[in-house]
Amino acid sequence: MEFGDTLTRTAEMAPQLDVGEKLVLNIGPSHPSTHGVLRLVLELDGEVITKADCDIGYLHRGDEKIAENMTWNQFVPYTDRLDYLAPLANNVAYTCAVEKLMGYELPPRARVTRVICCELARISAHLLGLGAFAMDVGAMTMFLYTFTEREKIYNLIELLTGARFTTSFTRVGGQTRDLPPGFLEGVKEFSEQFVGRLDEFGKMLNRNRIFVDRTKDVGVISAETALDFGLTGPNLRGSGHGYDVRKSFPYLGYETYDFEVPVGQAGDCYDRFAVRMEEMRQSVKILLQAVAKMPEGAWMVEDPKNVLPPKDKVLTKMEELIHQFLVVTQGPDAPPGEIYFGAENPKGELGFYLNSRGGGVPHRLKIRAPSFCNLGILNTLLPGHTVSDVPAILGSIDFVMGECDR
Amino acid sequence: MSEVAADATADLVSAVKILPEFRGESSWEVPKEKLLELMRALKEEGMTYLVDITAVDNHGEDPRFEMVYELCDLTARRHLRVKTRVPEGEAVPSVSSVWRGADWHEREAWDMVGVKISGHPDLRRILMWDGYPHHPLRKDFPLEGLPTEMPDIAFTAKAPLEGGPFVTSPAPFSHEREPRARPAEEKSL
Repeated sequence: MEFGDTLTRTAEMAPQLDVGEKLVLNIGPSHPSTHGVLRLVLELDGEVITKADCDIGYLHRGDEKIAENMTWNQFVPYTDRLDYLAPLANNVAYTCAVEKLMGYELPPRARVTRVICCELARISAHLLGLGAFAMDVGAMTMFLYTFTEREKIYNLIELLTGARFTTSFTRVGGQTRDLPPGFLEGVKEFSEQFVGRLDEFGKMLNRNRIFVDRTKDVGVISAETALDFGLTGPNLRGSGHGYDVRKSFPYLGYETYDFEVPVGQAGDCYDRFAVRMEEMRQSVKILLQAVAKMPEGAWMVEDPKNVLPPKDKVLTKMEELIHQFLVVTQGPDAPPGEIYFGAENPKGELGFYLNSRGGGVPHRLKIRAPSFCNLGILNTLLPGHTVSDVPAILGSIDFVMGECDR
Repeated sequence: MSEVAADATADLVSAVKILPEFRGESSWEVPKEKLLELMRALKEEGMTYLVDITAVDNHGEDPRFEMVYELCDLTARRHLRVKTRVPEGEAVPSVSSVWRGADWHEREAWDMVGVKISGHPDLRRILMWDGYPHHPLRKDFPLEGLPTEMPDIAFTAKAPLEGGPFVTSPAPFSHEREPRARPAEEKSL
């Protein structure tokens, strides 16, 4: 036996002697770094995690059960509460799924409007993820900067939908209303100034010594592992896999926009952060294109028996009043069949599996929540890391428990 | 050897039933005995991304449950749905040996619908708590919930949707107020 320094000697002998008790540490369900109600049970050997068990379900509200008991349109407000940082994107993904079941082709104005909704939601969600992530690893100021920008997005969303948080903006076949005057100008103004702000954010973090030390080579996920676990969104792309639903299975005419899909290389926490930063830049690019090409015309599908008629006609015309009554009480009459629709949401692929037996109510509605799939990797990813890496890894995975638990 | 392999492939192909296409999506149905073999073959073929697993309760039909697997081939940009039917009380083989991500999806299927999964490494409840006696997404589970044996916990009592803004006439049972809600059945789950 070599006689090195005490620390080395103890470390080498530890496995033979079985010294040192394992400590079981409980983090959450209510802890600042778990961003919601995630509970982690960690088995520790000193500072090193040897086993991790991720306990979810503290925010389970039974959305899928509730959906089976209401009409297609009534479920829209529940989608606000999935990924509550990007409610607009959830509204869009859900109604696009129902529209796929109905076999609708949206009018161009509705499609471009929805693209703007999705990209605004993406920027807003990434900003919060970024601010919270930076705060978890010690950069408090970032949170205040990103919230200043989010406030501007919230003002735009309020202008568009009348609500800042729980938007419930879409309906089967279109939106609740057309774009308000001044909205497009607002989006343009926001997008143009936002690029400069992004550069500032980058300057604060990209080469920040503490930030880089805490995120580089921490929480490395290889592309194969990421795909094996069904990771999507920035978490998959941070590992170097280029899958983006907007490119692979385009919807809402995303194929007509000019944007790139940023991918990382190492798959560590820093790469996931970098991918999100670049994605916001690409979203700005899409926003500006969408504003420039916003077509005039209809923003609802023409299908009087299944789509809500315009309100002014409901109040003045008999037929529209009857249609409104039928659509509201019985729901849009969906054909029997089953579909899956996935949309690229800020957290990853938000998918809806709709199983219809015909009529206004789903037989089964399954939400493929990206946060649920992304968190599935934690039990495998955490062992081998130290406890201080946990906030960095959780922050970089960027999950929302409302969506994970449904 | 190759003959055996060819036989196995032919056997597998004959077991798969191709369902009619709907909205441009193709679905296959396979008996649950052949499921694992088919899934392995599909992953070899390039279906490397398991999107989702859904358990559907077709209450009142003979093979009561249906497992729905959404698969994706990312290089060929192809989507495929594989379905298998599971009678009540029988188990469906776990595909978590093929895709590790299936682990949580199958735990959820067990937790919410109560489809047994055989060969799963860690089949515990995931969204509901350990020891919860029911499977809430079954069609015979009422919307308002069922009481459990832990009377002090708020969520173990029934939660009728009374007093909300959309409840027009208060009634003792939710199926009397809500026309679409299914009445609770006497049979224990």
